[in-house]
Amino acid sequence: MSGLAVLIPIALMLGLAGLGAFFWSLSSGQFDDLDGAAVRILIEPDEDEIH
Amino acid sequence: MTTALDHSEFLIPGMRCAGCIAKIEGGLQKAPGVSRARVNLTTKRLSVDHDAGMEPADIKALLDRLGFSAELSVNAGAVADRSESRNLLKALGVAGFAAMNIMLLSVSVWSGAEGATRQMFHWLSALIAMPTVAYAGRPFFRSAWTALRRARTNMDVPISIGILIATALSLYETIIGGPHAYFDGAVSLIFFLLAGRYLDSAMRDRARDGAANLLRQTVQGGMVQGADGAVTWRAANEIDPGMLLSVGMGERFAADGRVEQGTSAVDRSLVTGETALDAVSSGDPVLAGTLNVEGPLMIRVTAAGPDTTIAEMARLMETAGQGRSHYVRVADRAARLYAPAVHSLAAMSFIGWMLAGAGWHQALLIAVAVLIITCPCALGLAVPVAQVVAAGSLMRRGILIKDGSALERLAEVDTVRFDKTGTLTLGRMVFEGALSLNPEEAAIALGLAQASRHPLAHAVAQMLQERNVQPVVLTGVKECPGLGVEGAWQGKTARLGKPDWVASQLPGSAGAATAFGIEREGAHVLAFRDALRPDAAHAVGRLAAAGMEVAILSGDREQAVRSVASALGVPAVAELSPADKVARIEQLRGEGKRVLMVGDGLNDGPALAAGNVSMAPASASDVGQTAADLLFLGDSLAPVPIALMAARRTMRVVRQNFVLAIGYNILAVPLAILGLVTPLVAAVAMSTSSILVVANALRLRTCAR
Repeated sequence: MSGLAVLIPIALMLGLAGLGAFFWSLSSGQFDDLDGAAVRILIEPDEDEIH
Repeated sequence: MTTALDHSEFLIPGMRCAGCIAKIEGGLQKAPGVSRARVNLTTKRLSVDHDAGMEPADIKALLDRLGFSAELSVNAGAVADRSESRNLLKALGVAGFAAMNIMLLSVSVWSGAEGATRQMFHWLSALIAMPTVAYAGRPFFRSAWTALRRARTNMDVPISIGILIATALSLYETIIGGPHAYFDGAVSLIFFLLAGRYLDSAMRDRARDGAANLLRQTVQGGMVQGADGAVTWRAANEIDPGMLLSVGMGERFAADGRVEQGTSAVDRSLVTGETALDAVSSGDPVLAGTLNVEGPLMIRVTAAGPDTTIAEMARLMETAGQGRSHYVRVADRAARLYAPAVHSLAAMSFIGWMLAGAGWHQALLIAVAVLIITCPCALGLAVPVAQVVAAGSLMRRGILIKDGSALERLAEVDTVRFDKTGTLTLGRMVFEGALSLNPEEAAIALGLAQASRHPLAHAVAQMLQERNVQPVVLTGVKECPGLGVEGAWQGKTARLGKPDWVASQLPGSAGAATAFGIEREGAHVLAFRDALRPDAAHAVGRLAAAGMEVAILSGDREQAVRSVASALGVPAVAELSPADKVARIEQLRGEGKRVLMVGDGLNDGPALAAGNVSMAPASASDVGQTAADLLFLGDSLAPVPIALMAARRTMRVVRQNFVLAIGYNILAVPLAILGLVTPLVAAVAMSTSSILVVANALRLRTCAR
């Protein structure tokens, strides 16, 4: 039973961290252009940008 | 560097792939004066940080050179609109987090946690649930409160009451150490419902972005000549009547006015829908938004800003669209019946158990169980999920839906009205007949055609390029406004333009014909026609087979309309003004018909807004795109019947979902009233009915056939 006292706070912390990450990504605009994000990976970078 | 930075936003409807993004961002970032360019593909927007000295018109010209037509976006209104979706997504994230954690604790309780452990788990659940309900439940509380204040009821009223009572009662249970807490039920209810809300809102956003403010930006501004002769660029709202406006070839007029100097031809298709060009010279009126095709003009502004014909059209559209906002969506109609039933059922169980001698605590517990079980969880998901899946399927067929309710309205349609120019026809000139030019003549003609910006010259160039003709280089090429282009090749003058100008023996231009001729050699007439869309007849046939009553409403001339109407075998009315079209549609609606309007031009805008539902090709004018509920890509007209069938299938699935959700309740409610529903049963019932509804909606993945 004493394991619960450790495990439950850890579980909640991890969950909260995930929620925090979600809020951060939302406010930093990562969900603003989902279609763009999907295709941007296909863009060839310029030669000088690679280095 | 301390140059002042300016920020401009553009709408670029034409971009749709990674190549476009790379081309636009790369091309702009290389340009001097631009410090940052970022594309948003979802909203088709481009935001640019640039030096203050740079005009938006310069950036537009840059984009033109890159091959994209852009419209300056005056205000960032659409950004504010998106915040609704964003808030829902935040609430959804919180509710998801809470639901998972509470479920984790609840499962332990259900599997037999006792005494102090159960007590601790209940308290932990309360700790998570209370802030979650307060935060994530706000969309429902707000909407329920708005409804209640107006003495109405909607789906959100039973939801809010259910969530609040369940939370309060569970807190009470936790305090007195009771065995049942419904925190998991309350929170997962919020989660499921928010998912439906978010899908609905995201779907609306996708299409609404920038649509509302497009109208004002058809022309951003023009070159105004001051008293001292200096020409400066002024935004459209800074142009006043009496000013002298210089309009180059291929530019649109920024205001209504009269020609002061120069001769040219004007493409009025934006306003009238007519494809033929109108010749204008000194004293003739021109309208804002129309295109100056053949030569530079100086015009004296007679009306600007809100007084222009195009602005008048916008107002007409707004009033025509107001009738539609009264449409009650199917989910709300269901809620009108459902909400009172749920309320009275819960109240009756409470009273019944009180009369039967149970304590108020037990009676309330049962009433809450009834509320949670009947809560329209599946109903809240039934409509949005079906619509989102159908929208995805239609999207793959090149049909974009701007509003979730569009599918509902489309499914009820029994009358279809088509515009002609640009809708039944392609809206661009297609060569007709066999090419009578020999290879040498064709090469010269292409050389001339490429030197002109006239739409017919474009059509000639395109037609010749499709036949793999290589252009020759001519000397002394000059464009004669209103007539055509001429140039010299091997000492002879070659002309491409109006038939009677190219060779006097040819007839004057009737319809869209151009001619090519070389001095002292023969001349040839090249006939062009605004061709029907490839499968217009098939699409119209399919609509008629589906029981639709089809007809054409056109602003074009009688003769042009009649040929299209007879080719398709449908009745037509020609020479209608935009207001006439609206009147015709409103008359039909008055007779109880449900009208689908398919159109594209500015002149169709009000009619599109007046129809119960409207479709436009993606090549439509901005106004057409703004006013339409659905857009379709490509040259084919097949998407119109496809969308109609898909809408009917979607509504069938929505109705099935209602039956499933309500049927489920009919089974579960007696158990709840009898007091047999524990939090575990409630959670299982809620999840399975939601899964069932979602699974049924997924059948719509192939609805657009």
